[in-house]
Amino acid sequence: MKLSQTLGASFIALTLATSTYAADQSILVQSTTSTANSGLYDYLLPIFQDKTGIQVNVVAVGTGQAIKNAEMCDGDVLLVHAKAAEEKFVEAGFGTERTDLMYNDFVVVGPAADPAGLHGMTDIEGALRQISSSGALFASRGDDSGTHKKEQALWKAAGIDTAAASGQWYRETGSGMGATLNTGIGMGAYVLTDRATWISFDNKQDYTIQVEGDDDLFNQYGVIPVNPAKCPSVNVEGAKTFSDWLVSPEGQDAIAAYTINDQQLFFPNAPKN
Amino acid sequence: MQDLGEAFSLALSLVLSGNADLFEIVALSLRVSLSATVLALIIGLPIGALVAVSQFSGRGAVLVLMNALMGLPPVVVGLLVYLQLSRSGPLGFLGLLYTPTAMIIAQTILITPIVAALSRQVLEDLHTEYAEQFRSLCLSRAQVIAALLWDARYSLLTVALAGFGRAVAEVGAVMIVGGNIDHLTRVMTTAIALETSKGDLALALALGVILLVIALGVNAGVQSLRMSARRQAYV
Repeated sequence: MKLSQTLGASFIALTLATSTYAADQSILVQSTTSTANSGLYDYLLPIFQDKTGIQVNVVAVGTGQAIKNAEMCDGDVLLVHAKAAEEKFVEAGFGTERTDLMYNDFVVVGPAADPAGLHGMTDIEGALRQISSSGALFASRGDDSGTHKKEQALWKAAGIDTAAASGQWYRETGSGMGATLNTGIGMGAYVLTDRATWISFDNKQDYTIQVEGDDDLFNQYGVIPVNPAKCPSVNVEGAKTFSDWLVSPEGQDAIAAYTINDQQLFFPNAPKN
Repeated sequence: MQDLGEAFSLALSLVLSGNADLFEIVALSLRVSLSATVLALIIGLPIGALVAVSQFSGRGAVLVLMNALMGLPPVVVGLLVYLQLSRSGPLGFLGLLYTPTAMIIAQTILITPIVAALSRQVLEDLHTEYAEQFRSLCLSRAQVIAALLWDARYSLLTVALAGFGRAVAEVGAVMIVGGNIDHLTRVMTTAIALETSKGDLALALALGVILLVIALGVNAGVQSLRMSARRQAYV
């Protein structure tokens, strides 16, 4: 008796202690890692919170996992970068509508020794073919993230079957962008990364950008409020306020104003009304 | 190795400068893992004690299961708890996902088998020693368990420390059910994982150093408790 009472009491106490966190004036954003790791939210969210009083909590995971979490109703807003998967998410009724938010681009980084001789190339398909034919190492995310989806599309366009080379020169880390950069740099492999993560990454060692500037390396981010028809627990007001602010002139200016070492990380491109 | 020296000086300056974010993260780490340890003791000790003093068919299988559960992978525990607490899960209506409570639940599940299995071993050894005496006194099973728990209390402190150590060091479960949300569910281990993925290895290592010092502090606290209790016992 006593034991079950203690248990019950502690459970209730714990629930009460944390119920303050579930305040109405907060929303949960399921987000890709690059926007969080690059410090964009640390810059944007205080501006938004000062203006609206809405607390924004960010769960930063790969795009694949973020979409999955939002489909399970564990989020109010989805902010990721895999257009096809995002459109599928909205079509399936999980999101109300998808809006282009901002863009940057992907780059291929590699060691100073540059074993595949990529430096200065702007043709991504040619660069990938050169990596494959030279047998130089390439570290892939391998985690169904937005960057991974993009990378797979690029390999396919270059006509290279990476599945056959997996474990040989093609190394799938199955982890986030930062972890993959750490691993890739550790083994001297080329890595495809979004520019924002690369600029803010602190463990570059002798790595530099080897390939950049191809139109195919475009990286579009989108924002989607989660659909209350599918997920009744969604904070509809808060989600709409946040996504509306992001695509408003004020939000877009704030995104453009975020820089690291005088380099702009994200370029706003929401449609103007 | 340059990183290591940098990490130590960074750890020191973080602590000395009274970094508010750091203290918030440390406090949450302690709150979550200590709560989980207390809950695991409340659940695990009676289970361990009951198995220790009971003879029943299938006992061997229960022991194997209890010992095997000590090796529960944190990520798996995190996933199981996530699926229960998710808004679309059976307990979703509680709204507990991405709260410290969810992290406490996950860590409690993770370390209860450790508490149960280790305390079972400790209490069983003690029980073997005293079994005849207990029989001669005609004690009920509840009285036997109470006597054993009291007598083994200092050994059980070590069991509690093993559970706490596992809880405070794990990252897989709290990452999934807590979400590593800044100012809400970020603890030491998830902060270390985050800084590593940002490539800020020195800061990650500095946080690791601080985590170690905290674990050292908790253990030293328990040790001094035990020693002062011993001294009193001999007066």
